Amino acid sequence: MDSLLNAQTVLSTLDATLRVSTPLILCAMAGLFSERSGIIDISLEGKMLFAAFAAGAVAAVTGSPWLALAAGMLISTVLSLLHGFACITTRGDQVVSGLAINVLASGLTIVLGIAWFSQGGQTPALASDARFMPLELPFIEQIGNLPFIGPFLEIVISGHNLLVYVALIAVPITWWVVYKTRFGLRLRAVGENPLAVDTAGISVSLLRYKAVVIAGVLCGIAGTYLAIAQNAAFAREMTAGQGYIALAAMIFGKWRPVPALLACLMFGFLDAVAIRLQGVPLPGIGEVPVQLIQALPYLLTVILLAGFIGKAVAPKAIGVPFAKER
Amino acid sequence: MKLTTRLLRTGLAATASLVLAATATAADIEPAVVFDMGGKFDKSFNQGVYDGAERFKNETGLKYREFEVTNEAQREQALRRMAQRGADPVLGIGFAQAPALEKVAKEFPDVRFAIIDMVVDLPNVRSIVFKEHEGSFLVGALAALASESGKVGFVGGMDIPLIRRFACGYEQGAKHVNPDADVIQNMTGTTPAAWNDPGRGGELTKSQFERGVDVVYAAAGGTGVGVYQAAKDAGKLAIGVDSNQNYLHPGTMLTSMLKRVDVAAYNVFMDAKNDEFTAGIQVLGLAEEGVGWAIDEHNESMITGEMKAKVDELSEMIKSGDLTVHDYTSDNTCKVAG
Repeated sequence: MDSLLNAQTVLSTLDATLRVSTPLILCAMAGLFSERSGIIDISLEGKMLFAAFAAGAVAAVTGSPWLALAAGMLISTVLSLLHGFACITTRGDQVVSGLAINVLASGLTIVLGIAWFSQGGQTPALASDARFMPLELPFIEQIGNLPFIGPFLEIVISGHNLLVYVALIAVPITWWVVYKTRFGLRLRAVGENPLAVDTAGISVSLLRYKAVVIAGVLCGIAGTYLAIAQNAAFAREMTAGQGYIALAAMIFGKWRPVPALLACLMFGFLDAVAIRLQGVPLPGIGEVPVQLIQALPYLLTVILLAGFIGKAVAPKAIGVPFAKER
Repeated sequence: MKLTTRLLRTGLAATASLVLAATATAADIEPAVVFDMGGKFDKSFNQGVYDGAERFKNETGLKYREFEVTNEAQREQALRRMAQRGADPVLGIGFAQAPALEKVAKEFPDVRFAIIDMVVDLPNVRSIVFKEHEGSFLVGALAALASESGKVGFVGGMDIPLIRRFACGYEQGAKHVNPDADVIQNMTGTTPAAWNDPGRGGELTKSQFERGVDVVYAAAGGTGVGVYQAAKDAGKLAIGVDSNQNYLHPGTMLTSMLKRVDVAAYNVFMDAKNDEFTAGIQVLGLAEEGVGWAIDEHNESMITGEMKAKVDELSEMIKSGDLTVHDYTSDNTCKVAG
């Protein structure tokens, strides 16, 4: 099958990788902020789902993608604050609180969707101007004529919607904030040893609240991407476990931005490959069963986690509520 | 004390059977429908049933009970609950409800049941199956006629023999009018979640477009919405399924393969009301107008007279038996006469 391995196919697979990875990258960065501060966040899934619903609903009603983005970020941040209140202020169990948010989002989005739009939990399909549509980078046609690098830039890098670029830019910004700013230093410290941070006269609670709010905003962007950029409507349960995959990718990347990005891209790439391998006979093997292809990303994850990446060490104070001594 | 409870129980049972007998004969039936995963508003298969049930309601003024299954364990519960509450007839939608319906139909031999897309061989069950391969053959031919690249695509929902039947009919149709046509097929998944995954449907479609496909046919329930959106975004053509989906994106939707589940559902309710309900197997194909292709104000400008004439000719040939379309489920292989 010569068409399987030519340059065009490779480039289009990479192109799809970026599209599929975008929500994972945003959620992984969200999880990174939250967990670096010591708050376990399994509610990435729920926040993303609710943000997707809010964005789909607002875009359907107002026709503005920007208002939809704002709504997505707002609702996700509200859920983050709820998680923060449960975990930071009332020192509740972080996993239980996260799970509760996921269940809440899964049920409430469908109920509200049926009540407001009467389409079985979906939001109405959106017109193009209510969505984030693909952008062509400036001068891309001229650049596209360059050898080797040209087609790469033209096919893989150009032609995505705004939120894909936001996700890619979020990674260096996260790296800079976490490693190069005073806030980042304190963030890392509060996840390792909150007592020391407290002794230095800095509020542990406030730092952690800041971290979960950042996580909320990033999840909101991810949800908005799903509902109004990648698709043209909210559909029930449309996150389909991507929040958990992002969480796995972040752990895979050992709570560091760049390795987490690479893990997200790897998951996205495997998904894109799985889609393209379906029904295509491979040289020497023949047609691979669909089931095997679809299990491939998960199989590889298990294998890589078991043997290749070494020990993933979580921030020391993760999951432990901080009680200020009085 | 014991005696009274026992009396009470027999009394209740007697009333219950009286009520049941009454509903079974009176014109005021209380029909029920149990939708499957994908949901009532999937704009496709389940929605077709909904349209049929709504038509029945509007024409007769009789209300019907309904339930949307959202996980697999609910099917049997829902069917049993309907039968217990005195609903009759009870209509189950989709191949996946067959085992549950068979079990419940045995428990309630006096209640009339019907199932679409699968055969349940019991004296109180009407099974309605469609010759989807015949309808798919026609839209496959149409796809090959409309395609400029000679490559046409198919996106299925869950990978089951029923959907392979769609795919196989489509491939035969495309190759009948263009023996060199390339048919690229993808299935969305292997679990019922594949009926409602527009994101993945869109990605599969984009990957087919990258391989040169310019007409794509989706038989994937709610996932199809993502397929059509991807076709619209890329300026390619798409073919709808089950319900008439031409209105979704005029200019993108070439046609829709009609599977008249609405008529089937309507007939189940109507026959029960008129006391003409018959159990047994109904097989609806082109000749019975159970399947077909849609032409309306949204797509008539895209169908040339030549295309229409060709498809009508093929349709007549299938109806008269001069042309047989191979049914994938008859032997679980797809033989394409090139």
